[in-house]
Amino acid sequence: MKLFLSLCLFLSACMTPALAASAETDALLQQLTQTKLSKMPAMVQQLEATGDESLLPVFRAWLAGDLHYIRDDNTLVVEVDVNGVDTFQDPYTQATIAGLTSKQVRKIKVNNKLRGLLRGVIARIQLTSRDAGVRESAVRALLADIDDETFATLERIYPTEPNSDVRSTMQTALSIYTAQDQNSSQSARLAAIDVLGDSLENDVRNVLLSLERSDNPVLSSAATQALVSINRQVERYALVDQLFFGLSLGSVLLLASIGLAITFGVMGVINMAHGEMIMLGAYTTYVVQLLMPNYIDYSIWVAIPAAFLVSGLMGVVIERLVICRLHGRPLETLLATFGISLILQQLVRTIFSPLNRQVSTPSWMSGSWEINPVLSLTLNRLYILAFALLVFFALVMILKKSSLGLNVRAVSQNRSMAKAMGVKTEWVDAMTFGLGSGIAGIAGVALSQLTNVGPNLGQAYIIDSFMVVVFGGVGNLLGTLVAAFTLGIANKFLEPTTGAVLAAIFVLVFIILFIQKRPKGLFPQKGRAAE
Amino acid sequence: MSKLINWFTEGRSSGQYTLPFVILLLGVTVLASAANLLLPQDSALYVSTYSITLLGKYLCYAMLALAVDIIWGYCGILSLGHGAFFALGGYAMGMYLMRQIGDRGVYGHPELPDFMVFLDWQELPWFWLGMDQFWFAMVVAVVVPGLLAFVFGWLAFRSRVTGVYLSIMTQALTYALLLAFFRNEMGFGGNNGLTDFKEILGFDLQADSTRVSLFIATAVILSLVLLASQRILSSRLGKVTLAVRDAEPRTRFIGYRTERYKVWLFVYSAVIAGVAGALYVPQVGIINPGEFSPINSIEIVIWVAVGGRGTLIGAIIGALLVNYAKTRFTAIMPDGWLFALGALFVLVTLFLPKGLMGLYGQLQSKRRQSAEQEVQS
Repeated sequence: MKLFLSLCLFLSACMTPALAASAETDALLQQLTQTKLSKMPAMVQQLEATGDESLLPVFRAWLAGDLHYIRDDNTLVVEVDVNGVDTFQDPYTQATIAGLTSKQVRKIKVNNKLRGLLRGVIARIQLTSRDAGVRESAVRALLADIDDETFATLERIYPTEPNSDVRSTMQTALSIYTAQDQNSSQSARLAAIDVLGDSLENDVRNVLLSLERSDNPVLSSAATQALVSINRQVERYALVDQLFFGLSLGSVLLLASIGLAITFGVMGVINMAHGEMIMLGAYTTYVVQLLMPNYIDYSIWVAIPAAFLVSGLMGVVIERLVICRLHGRPLETLLATFGISLILQQLVRTIFSPLNRQVSTPSWMSGSWEINPVLSLTLNRLYILAFALLVFFALVMILKKSSLGLNVRAVSQNRSMAKAMGVKTEWVDAMTFGLGSGIAGIAGVALSQLTNVGPNLGQAYIIDSFMVVVFGGVGNLLGTLVAAFTLGIANKFLEPTTGAVLAAIFVLVFIILFIQKRPKGLFPQKGRAAE
Repeated sequence: MSKLINWFTEGRSSGQYTLPFVILLLGVTVLASAANLLLPQDSALYVSTYSITLLGKYLCYAMLALAVDIIWGYCGILSLGHGAFFALGGYAMGMYLMRQIGDRGVYGHPELPDFMVFLDWQELPWFWLGMDQFWFAMVVAVVVPGLLAFVFGWLAFRSRVTGVYLSIMTQALTYALLLAFFRNEMGFGGNNGLTDFKEILGFDLQADSTRVSLFIATAVILSLVLLASQRILSSRLGKVTLAVRDAEPRTRFIGYRTERYKVWLFVYSAVIAGVAGALYVPQVGIINPGEFSPINSIEIVIWVAVGGRGTLIGAIIGALLVNYAKTRFTAIMPDGWLFALGALFVLVTLFLPKGLMGLYGQLQSKRRQSAEQEVQS
């Protein structure tokens, strides 16, 4: 019980940082205001020696050149720019001291030597922070130049560091120091270089590059080896990065073409207005955000069903008015739906102006996931990749498990037989087309997070979408999935060597040639359903 | 000569309106040209040079529509990429006109066109060599579209890619070319294309007489192409292509190599499109990658659909009408044009599947029927 109480006390002491410095530090700080610049470094060391964590904001302000003192009573204050007006705050509480003007204060000077010292001190104080993230960034900040003192501190706290990530960064920092240390034994330096070979930090590479140029042939060759190993790792991560971008493009293609896989693949209707269904979805997102400007983070959950409804309804209308009258005349359907796409584009241009519209990204979707210094994946692309797969599997489930899916498959395989069995083919047609168009609308919501929302948004994707569906094999959803990711990855892997435009051309030409060889796509339908 | 006339007029039975149409076309051309060159500017009947150029442009489009009608109307191949052949022919002509500028460009380089100087190129790329010769450029304008059509058609038709698949493939083809020609490294002027032309065969392109000559040349070539196509399509070969259009497997089983018929008709059509492009460029004074855009190619199809496919004359009339409407529309209300064009696509396919020529035919037969009924009663 006693132990528990004392633990509580200890914790609470840790939790509430002292709002004012202790008497000893106070005296030192008072002295600081009277010290010459040349004597300052000694003062900094003395201050650090007190081990007072609460000095951190003072050091920070000093480093930034914002630390001042009031002439009358030598109280330290921090200059803060509030809306263009210089105001002064208490360094510990951040409370604004009213009525203080810049004439009543004097700046505490700082020079480059002091700045270096202060940086080290700040990092060392942070090293003992309770937050692992703060410790990690503190160690990382130290990597660039480690002095003897920092090294000593690091060596002292390294064994007690609980977080493994922070430990490995610390080890890197220690190794950087040892590798450069002339006084260490050669074997120790070699071991340190060996450790550095596993790190991807930029500073490590600089250190190794300078070691490579050193006179010591053994160290130089070890550094070269370490660099080779680092470069190999960097290349591997670059490959992962490329793969991710390929998957991301693939997910976009999948979203854009999956609706088409239903209307074209299952129903056999060429819908040239498919791209405009995507565009409508993107504009729905824009309108939803206009309607709820204060809830951008949640707007996407409204936008997804809204886009599905808008595009889906439009799809049903188009089906009832135009497509059902052109049944069995694919080329005419193609022309009529192309006309519809022109009308929809112009409609959007008239209503929303021909300029691109800005759709903002919810805060939880922005930012990136930093895996290591050379590899970071943007969150919105990651979410869209997951979303595309989700939509895909939902669609597969609808087609495989629901009664609508059963009807759709029946009608697509044998229309007259399905009709004879009592399936309302016209209703099924309208629903299928609505489903395909609605999914295009959902794709529009996702695309609005990646590209500009404009009247030509859909046109950019229509040819690619058709390519994906044709490449994967008409009437085969799995084929569409494979084709989308294959084309996406192929495109991104070609890009570095050929450039974006040539990569797109190569992929197009490849598909044209592929279709000559296998007119039914990657996964052709077999059996009686094929004809 | 008389043999040639005979050859042209022999097929008249199946296309009874062709010869009158050609005479009408040439008559209007001569009258308009005379009105431009001979009448004073303030005369009520004066035709401005702007109108002459516009008419010339329409006739180029008409030729392009004719090319599409030949394969779509007579062979059932819906090409959504015929703009590509048109633009290739246009680029060949554009390259010739570019070389004719000589050292009168902005940078005054005797050999290189301005954009190459701008890109800091030292010498002409190999494919620009010889393009300063008119005859060579014209051979290129015919051969390159023909060759592309041959390779594409040979690959596609041999592996029996048909219907919508083929349409989408042709669209992908023109889209790929669009992307390619936008690149500066291609050596075709990139985004800006080829423009600032000065003269053709030594004649100033801005002069009224040159414009009128180009207009007349276009009309004459269009007439020749129309007559030749009529003749070809009413021959035995034409009958086979009709059979291919209506029942390809059956034609194949009878023993025809249908893919060969299709390939050659496709090449013929592409060559016509290339010639149309070559005639188009000197009249409008610019060729840029925009001509490759898929929407242009689809517009051609709507010209044919409006006029009535499988009629040749219908394609020409459709192209003239739609383009005239486009000119008027974009002048009065620019925003309305795409609405009108879109509606045209929908309405024509829904209610006028045979186009204006089909409508005319229906009216004719109705009149005949009612006349017969009157005779009977």
